[in-house]
Amino acid sequence: MDDQLVTAAIVLFGVPAALVGYVLLAERLIRALPEKRQGRIRPWLWIAPALGFLIVFLIYPTINTLVISFQDRLSREFVGLDNYVWFFNDSSTLEALRNSVLWVVFMTGGVVGLGLLIAILVDRVRYEPVAKTAIFIPLAISFVAAAIIWKFMYEYRPPGTTQIGTVNAITGFFGLGPIDWIRDRSFLIDNFALIFIGVWMWTGFAMVILSAGLKGISTELLEAARVDGANEWQVFRGIIFPLLLPTIFVVGTTIVITALKSFDIVFTLTNGAFGTDVIARKMYYEMFTTQHFGRASAVAIVLLAAIIPFMAVNIRRFREQESIR
Amino acid sequence: MAYRRGRLGRLTALLGAVAIVAAACATGGDDADDKTVTVVGTWGGSEQESFLAMVAPWEERTGNTVQYTGSRGLGAYLTTAVQSGTLPDLAGLPGPGEMAEFAQGGSLKPLNEVLDLETYQNETSPAFVELGTVDGNIVAVFIKSALKGLIWYNPSTFTGEAPDTWDGVMGTAPGSAESLWCVGLESGADSGWPGTDWIEDFVLRQSGPDVYDAWVAGEQQWTSPEIRSAFEAFGEVLEASYGGSTYVNSTNFGSAANPMFTEPPGCLLHHQASFITDFFQEQGGAAEGDYDFFPMPDINPEYAGAFTGAGDLFGLFSDKPAARDLLKYLVTAEAQQIWVSRGGALSGNTNVTEYPDEVSRRSAEILGSAEIFRFDGGDLMPAAMNAAFFRAMVDFAENPGNLDTILSGLDEVQTSAYAG
Repeated sequence: MDDQLVTAAIVLFGVPAALVGYVLLAERLIRALPEKRQGRIRPWLWIAPALGFLIVFLIYPTINTLVISFQDRLSREFVGLDNYVWFFNDSSTLEALRNSVLWVVFMTGGVVGLGLLIAILVDRVRYEPVAKTAIFIPLAISFVAAAIIWKFMYEYRPPGTTQIGTVNAITGFFGLGPIDWIRDRSFLIDNFALIFIGVWMWTGFAMVILSAGLKGISTELLEAARVDGANEWQVFRGIIFPLLLPTIFVVGTTIVITALKSFDIVFTLTNGAFGTDVIARKMYYEMFTTQHFGRASAVAIVLLAAIIPFMAVNIRRFREQESIR
Repeated sequence: MAYRRGRLGRLTALLGAVAIVAAACATGGDDADDKTVTVVGTWGGSEQESFLAMVAPWEERTGNTVQYTGSRGLGAYLTTAVQSGTLPDLAGLPGPGEMAEFAQGGSLKPLNEVLDLETYQNETSPAFVELGTVDGNIVAVFIKSALKGLIWYNPSTFTGEAPDTWDGVMGTAPGSAESLWCVGLESGADSGWPGTDWIEDFVLRQSGPDVYDAWVAGEQQWTSPEIRSAFEAFGEVLEASYGGSTYVNSTNFGSAANPMFTEPPGCLLHHQASFITDFFQEQGGAAEGDYDFFPMPDINPEYAGAFTGAGDLFGLFSDKPAARDLLKYLVTAEAQQIWVSRGGALSGNTNVTEYPDEVSRRSAEILGSAEIFRFDGGDLMPAAMNAAFFRAMVDFAENPGNLDTILSGLDEVQTSAYAG
């Protein structure tokens, strides 16, 4: 009846059916082979669909992006390193790069620090689930919606008129401001105001994972330390923190990647004006506004290159942790 | 197709079969879809309601349905849609630059056969017909339009005669108001556009249509004295504006004039296109009669009677008969009268004569009798230039002292944006 419903049904049932069909077919073909070889070929056949998707949707686009990044505006001619030279010389991209570094440092620091603090503070209180839920909720909000919420929170009205933004109403109560939080360049206030939105959203994520890690530390160990006369700070410093370190690392790298990819908040609130641009928004701008595919791809590659080390570290840490278990 | 080998080939074949089945089902369902016309535009809120009211009689008459989606990011959406080929039947066009691009690429359908050409040309202002034409083919029509360069005031605070020179306007004493002007540039990702209207009005009135056209076409440098003097004139306005640069950049264009209606008033005058009356009523709490306007006066007498305006261009992206019929209906006086009667719009159709209030009636009159008329220059520039222009206004309002850097930055964009 409805096109979209038909398509949805095909995707929902057709794709799994096709894949199951493929596996059965592959299995029948393998049976025909001598038994010795079966074991060697089977895993490849089974993994082939996933590999196919990976190549078509991930590896091919990545390579293509890399190629385009060495080409001109409309991908017609090769221009060598021009797009990268532009990237590292243009004042607006350098500003975006600086801000992305700010995002990485302060969003990661804020999220992990606050997440850890809250996880420890609520660990032994009765209303722990309530507190954790409240802090976790912002993560369920989409970036754009969160940005809009904070647009109202940061709302600026001229001095002498009623401040309808919560933040300015509060600072006004103490005789400060009003400050145009998301547009005031001085002391990078605008950048920090935007980064704070990211922190507000992601603290819950860090808290939940760190809290789970915290519960994993054996109580005997903690009690033994306390019996031996260690105070709470020493317990934290000597036992909890070192044992939590791998978890902190995984959470930290995840947030670093999130911070590097941050786009929605900046796009929604300032669109990169007032010195708040970040590289992900720069990539969008070069792609869709100036339609310079070469530059957009160069930005994408720089972003990817910045993320890869963190991903690698994350994966290695994850493996180490798995092997410990 | 380098991977079309061995087992992967089989997978590809399987997936291909699924895709073909899906496609077949999709076409099979098209019978019902012949009666649905998908439309994408930038309108939301009251504008969306007005558009839906405009198409309601057509839906009733033909039994077809219009499926409207409003999107502020129309430019990015259409660029992607054109590249992928998954297009709506009808869509608003972000600007004439994109229109020419899409028409030359073949995704925009020529309308010469769709429209009743003679009637259309007879009842539509020539400037409007011309603006929807690419390489001799009409490819876009105007759903509604607006007159720019109007100076609004609250008759209870501004009681004098309307000045007939620009110096007279700038020399007006604010009286009981805190400042002379109210300016607000915030508009989400499009922040800055109200400032571009100011610059365009200054360029056209100070330096005339030839400079204006050359500037729009990318042949007049931003650092040239003509364009610089437009920025400087706007700088004087900013200096005399309510709340300073923080207010200018943090206030949405829709609520920018609110201080005009407060007691005591924050400002005396506000510069905006004719559509703003909707916002006066909804955001500023003004009633009809609380606002009035005079046209922005001439600056250089050589170019007397010059006005800028804007319009919502619409194009056809499909051959579906219902979509063609809808487009044909939208340009008629009958259809355009509906939106005009609901307020906030002027029509390029000369047979639309019933305006709901004095403001729109007078704007329509000015639109009809303007001696020099130019469409919004920023919209006519390539998308990259237009975006940089928007940003430049925000940067200029933030710190007018950076004018040199801002203009030379715009020159840089100009050299690359027009290079095709």
